[in-house]
Amino acid sequence: MGNGKRLARVDREHCVACGCCVKVCPKGAIGVVRGVFARVEEALCVGCGKCAKACPASVIEVEVAKQ
Amino acid sequence: MKKRWYDYLWIASALYLILGFFNILFAWLGLLCFFLPLIISITTGSKAYCNRYCGRGQLFALLGGRFGLSRQHDIPRWMKSKWFRCGFLLFFLVMFGQMLVNTALVFSGARDLGQAVTLLWTFKLPWHWAYHGGVSPWIAQFAFGFYSVMLTSTVLGLVTMALFKPRSWCVYCPMGTMTQLICRAEYRPERKKTAC
Repeated sequence: MGNGKRLARVDREHCVACGCCVKVCPKGAIGVVRGVFARVEEALCVGCGKCAKACPASVIEVEVAKQ
Repeated sequence: MKKRWYDYLWIASALYLILGFFNILFAWLGLLCFFLPLIISITTGSKAYCNRYCGRGQLFALLGGRFGLSRQHDIPRWMKSKWFRCGFLLFFLVMFGQMLVNTALVFSGARDLGQAVTLLWTFKLPWHWAYHGGVSPWIAQFAFGFYSVMLTSTVLGLVTMALFKPRSWCVYCPMGTMTQLICRAEYRPERKKTAC
């Protein structure tokens, strides 16, 4: 891992929009958009990975953002 | 995170299964889990039901999370594919239709009331103690059929909860797939903001 900020990234294609990630996010940085997919608010995300762990479809990964 | 009233709906889901053990007519209440997600997704274009109010999802999260009854493994790739999710929805709807036909046959008198709960669409479990009469046979038949659907999906959910992540059921839940399809049909992407 470099110096970049760690961010959660959602595979929207396979997201089931269940909202498990929303419930565990300590920063309120992730939300379900119109019942279709989850979206990460990059400014708020601290890359803790709680959403990735909770996601039942395992479609969230924590990555180092490109700077 | 502050708990809201709807964070306790898992109690209602657990109670539903327990009540059906004593009086099968409580199974009718399960229609709420059928109509509410559809009404919410059609009227508001959101999956608020899944996201907030689904007691079953909360129950799985509790059992698999806090109670540690889940291996916390990734769900197989094919289980989150469109084909499997839509296929399971279709299968579920066909089985639901079959249950309605069965209810209609009892209503018309062509078939007698079967006091059994069918698990996994195959195994007939005796359940006669939960029926105390007093209603038309078709009302009881629907209750037995609907409870079968609810118990079967709970058992499937518990199995995938144990094998994969706690709320694995949410990946292939027919109601979840259906509401997401509705939301997707209503979805209009926001206009991209002009770069500054």
